Amino acid sequence: MSGIQKDVARGIGALAFALAFGAAPALAQTKEPIRIGLSMAQTGPLSGAGKSGLVALQIWRDDVNAGGGLLGRPVELVVYDDQTNPALTPGIYTKLLDVDKVDLLIAPYGTNPTAPVMPLVKQRDLLLMGNFALDANAQIKHDKYFNNQPWSSAKDAVGPFLGLSTKLGAKTIAILAADAEFAQNLAGGVRQGLKEYGLRAVYDQNYPPNTIDFSSMLRAIRAQGPDVVFVASYPSDSAAIIRALREIGVGDSVKLFGGGMVGLQYASHLEALGSMLNGVVNYHVWAPEKTLDFPGMREFVARYQARAKEANVDPLGFYLPPYDYAIGEMLAQAVTATKSLDHKVLAKYFREHELSTIVGSIRFGPTGEWARPRMIYVQFRDIANKNLDQFRSPGKQVIVAPDVFKTGEVVPFNQLRR
Amino acid sequence: MLLVDAVIAGVLLGCFYAAVSVGLSIAFGLLDVPHIAHPAFLVLGAYGAYLLGEQGMDPLLAGTLLTPIFFVLGMAVYRFYYVAFEARGSDAGLRGLAFFFGLAFIVEVALILTFGVDQRMVEASYIGDSVSLGIVRLPTRMLVAFGVAVLLTIVLSLYLSFTFTGRAVKAVAQDETALALMGADPVRVKQWGFGIATATCALAGALMIIIGPVEPGLGRLYIGRTFCVAVLAGLGSMPGTLAAGIILGVAESVVLSSVGASWASAVAFGILLIVLAVRPAGLFGR
Repeated sequence: MSGIQKDVARGIGALAFALAFGAAPALAQTKEPIRIGLSMAQTGPLSGAGKSGLVALQIWRDDVNAGGGLLGRPVELVVYDDQTNPALTPGIYTKLLDVDKVDLLIAPYGTNPTAPVMPLVKQRDLLLMGNFALDANAQIKHDKYFNNQPWSSAKDAVGPFLGLSTKLGAKTIAILAADAEFAQNLAGGVRQGLKEYGLRAVYDQNYPPNTIDFSSMLRAIRAQGPDVVFVASYPSDSAAIIRALREIGVGDSVKLFGGGMVGLQYASHLEALGSMLNGVVNYHVWAPEKTLDFPGMREFVARYQARAKEANVDPLGFYLPPYDYAIGEMLAQAVTATKSLDHKVLAKYFREHELSTIVGSIRFGPTGEWARPRMIYVQFRDIANKNLDQFRSPGKQVIVAPDVFKTGEVVPFNQLRR
Repeated sequence: MLLVDAVIAGVLLGCFYAAVSVGLSIAFGLLDVPHIAHPAFLVLGAYGAYLLGEQGMDPLLAGTLLTPIFFVLGMAVYRFYYVAFEARGSDAGLRGLAFFFGLAFIVEVALILTFGVDQRMVEASYIGDSVSLGIVRLPTRMLVAFGVAVLLTIVLSLYLSFTFTGRAVKAVAQDETALALMGADPVRVKQWGFGIATATCALAGALMIIIGPVEPGLGRLYIGRTFCVAVLAGLGSMPGTLAAGIILGVAESVVLSSVGASWASAVAFGILLIVLAVRPAGLFGR
């Protein structure tokens, strides 16, 4: 017997042994993996949330693989760091498709890095699971795009906030927005809703990214004496604005302040800003309030928090992680039900079925956004300084809108900050 | 009234810009080292202040205590740069640029691995508070930046003008050969100067985290601003750095409080272009 013949004979022997002793699940893991490709902000301004989302996807991958994989194949994530830089994402996704030959795609985290990928997936007619991108498909209208975020359009997203303005008897609004896709989309949603909610804009300004000091802008807003201030900002800007709010103030006329400030969902910001947050009303996607107690959610959060310590990422994980885990859950349901990795077949499944996830039951509408949007607005109440644990309990981020998830009535900003 | 507010806020902001640029004015302006990693060292200084701040130390005090360590670090970096690049020939500039780019990435990645990517902030009695001067309210943290920048400029100006080593650093910028003929070692003088430039990063980095949150990649956002201030100042001028920082700060602040806030960065850099067209050596350059 030659050397090669001996190796083959040993291999057959090992295979027979494995089958005989019930090693079939382990054998499935040796099959070619299902490769899921994505880019994620692991550095740059959005990396705080991006890395936490990646941890959630890794937890999902480990869960699936521990259960024997999908279609008997293990799941592998192929991930690149897009540095929160939209200019990099088209190249990364082309590489994922042409070099890494991934089977499925998840979009980058956020609107700005997702927008440049849309023409590519539309041109190649590919399934893309959106990952917190606002209105990224509004112009492209790709029929295989399914965005997992709890709002369907900018107007829907800001609707509850504008509703609160009406409830507080507001007539005038100031709009302050970063010069970037997500913030501009949100600000656009506010402008669209002005007439419907009986508001008049007395200040409407965009600011360039990387602005360091916002005291000049807050003074300009205060000079206009608005009833409501809507802010659409990114993490470092949000922190700077909240600090300037405490230092300079925004005037006694303001009954509602906040809206679309990214970063006020992150543990690092919550802990560092502490009591400066009191009274601010801002969007969120989950808070430990009883109305958002979906099956499996608290268990996931507990598992995530254990992993987050090792990974040195956001220790709370209330923002992106559950939704990224849910993307994995949805892909698993579609692949298992259709027994296919064909993008057309999977897209058809997503269009026609309700999907069960830890963030609740999800059905997609015609544009690939959630058919039943659920943007919640929380008001920070009784926040103490330097205490992260307080945010793990109910009552600190009181849900004030929409009514279906409400856990408290909104209190006017000028009353809480007096 | 709004304009007066904006100008005052701009002066404070400009002083912060000057504080973060003064080290670059020495390294790039006086020593002719393409120190593109300067903002990364600022972020390193900010994390140093954060680390000591977590132990209860005031961030400004932490920044001050870190300056000797940064001084030594700067001397070591320059020695490596000199041996590996400057001593080897005429294309040292371009290769040096690549070296400092690489160094900036190493600092960034090291910070990511050590602290993660979350934004970090510090606490101090002067953060989140303000001072009223008549009807103008000024953030205390910006007043602190103002004070530190002015002090830093005065100290460095006096040092460079009235001490032997300071004048040697200025001399090496003018004529290395002449300095060598006087018996001084230009490499050691430059090494000393680079140490001072890096030492300012400890203090300016502390200011950076006092002013706002920091994350490991923040240095990239400061490359444009710090080089803009250093070039506008006239390379190597300390009072020029303060003046250039204030000009940029006031321009940015006034535009931010006007109807065209989006133009703030463009106006600031537009000023740089205009000044360079009229005075190619910069405001205080010779």
